[in-house]
Amino acid sequence: MMRSKAVRRFLSHPLAVVGLLVLLLLLMMALLGPVMVPYSPEKTDFDALQRPPSQKHLFGTDELGRDVLARVIFGARISLTAGLVSVFVALVFGGAIGLVAGYYGGNFDRVLMRLMDAMLAFPFLVLAIALAAVLGPSLQNTMLAIAVVTLPIFARIVRGQVLTEKTREYVQAARAVGAKDWSILIRHLVPNIAGPLIVQTSLSTANAILAEATLSFLGLGVQPPTPSWGSMLNAARGYLAYAPWMSLFPGVAIFLAVFAFNLIGDGLRDAFDPRLNR
Amino acid sequence: MIPFLLRRLLEGIPTLLLVTVLVFSITRILPGDPVRLMLGEETDPEIMREVRKSFGLDRPIPVQYAEWLYGLLLADLGRSLRDNTQVTKLIGDKLPTTIELSLLAIFFGTVIAIPAGVFSALHRGSWWDGGVTALALSGISIPNFFLGILLIYVFSLKLGWVPPSGYEEPWKNLGKNLSLMLLPAITLGSALAGGLTRLTRNSLLEVLSLDYIRTAQAKGLSKRVVIYKHALRNAAIPIVTVMGLQFGGLLGGAVVSEQIFSIPGFGRLVVDAVFNRDFPVLQGLVLVSALCIFVVNLTVDLLYAAIDPRITYS
Repeated sequence: MMRSKAVRRFLSHPLAVVGLLVLLLLLMMALLGPVMVPYSPEKTDFDALQRPPSQKHLFGTDELGRDVLARVIFGARISLTAGLVSVFVALVFGGAIGLVAGYYGGNFDRVLMRLMDAMLAFPFLVLAIALAAVLGPSLQNTMLAIAVVTLPIFARIVRGQVLTEKTREYVQAARAVGAKDWSILIRHLVPNIAGPLIVQTSLSTANAILAEATLSFLGLGVQPPTPSWGSMLNAARGYLAYAPWMSLFPGVAIFLAVFAFNLIGDGLRDAFDPRLNR
Repeated sequence: MIPFLLRRLLEGIPTLLLVTVLVFSITRILPGDPVRLMLGEETDPEIMREVRKSFGLDRPIPVQYAEWLYGLLLADLGRSLRDNTQVTKLIGDKLPTTIELSLLAIFFGTVIAIPAGVFSALHRGSWWDGGVTALALSGISIPNFFLGILLIYVFSLKLGWVPPSGYEEPWKNLGKNLSLMLLPAITLGSALAGGLTRLTRNSLLEVLSLDYIRTAQAKGLSKRVVIYKHALRNAAIPIVTVMGLQFGGLLGGAVVSEQIFSIPGFGRLVVDAVFNRDFPVLQGLVLVSALCIFVVNLTVDLLYAAIDPRITYS
């Protein structure tokens, strides 16, 4: 009942629906990529270097004659994977820390939360860059770095929610009938704090996609020839004056992906928290 | 106010200590040997041992940490592996440039965001409101390296209004400095502008429904006075808070902006340290960035009293 109301509220939010549509389009691109373009994203063609957009190459070609459309489409896989996986890892580990700290309290809570505060004391991107630099450039390490810097945000949110929820009657009732701690945490608390978590997941995914693109742009992420939107922009920068399409399309792709998750997160926030509905 | 400051500093000590542990751990505990990373895989093990010894990396980790921490207390962050310069000197030389860039970005962001947020709040629910919201979200969503590239393409390469990149010290030629800083500041400030616009709108809407605003209107005050003098002042606390919180984002964004526009600042130093595998410098930069945030948060706390006289620090 509550849920369907939230869904209805979400769908009545025009910008959120736009975000959802853009996300579906990007997901389709990522999944059906190879069927959609006849070119391989890594196949070079020295007879067609830096051709402007045409019927043959809708988004033009890059400095090695590779089809920019094919690379943008394959880049969607990297970006969406990086965004979703790193946030999922942050949600699971950060959420677990927040649940345990909030539920048990005491010194355990104090130590864990001090640690989370210390992690939040760094600028998100500077810490991600330092971690990615030490771990070495690869998609896996990029995701790990982003997950680590995102994790304390989830720990904080979950802990705060658990602190208010654990005093509620349903938790006391569950305890009174002898439910085990983990069962109270997973079966009773988690569903009741899901709203703010879902919102944060969407906003954090937007941030994670942006962070992955930034790390790749700086050369700390996915390595060539694998196409990633950030590294495509980095390579294209030197040819801006005479091959601007090489920069334009991957840039627009990053923007759309981040924009979509931000719009969805916004719509979700309004849907879950009617007080903010204006 | 002084006791408040002292208390806040004392309260910050445990977190700051943990911050130093984290910064130290980044290069020591994570997999990967800094000396091997620095010299390359094929270096003679004998040379590696020598280098490790000369940097004190052969001693137990807790001892290394204690020495490093002791150095910190004396404002000694070690020396660059590359040219043996003091890390504090390197950072001290570059930080003012980034502070100038950040201040310009904050100025740019605020000048756009406050009027846009007020406008949006006054037209709440209209297409105008939707348009401003969408634009604000675009500002947050556009990667700043892409925005920077777009700005260079349009304003430097096509229109030729400003040079595409470079840097001039402000005390040598302020005009040139500002013309070179314009595009980087817009690039860096766009996310801030987007976030602030939304926040101004929301906190203004909250304040506008309060009784004292109705009283002010009933007294016959002009709309301008009601909004800018009465409402906005009370909406300012969350706005200033978020501006403080966004400072970390500015430092992160400066890494990218400075890279694109070739500005020799803090962010550029981060990228150089990463690619030179200059871990003492990287460590110092990460630590200083956290310290900057700590100082900004403290300043924001003190600003509250200036904005809202009801807040006192006794």
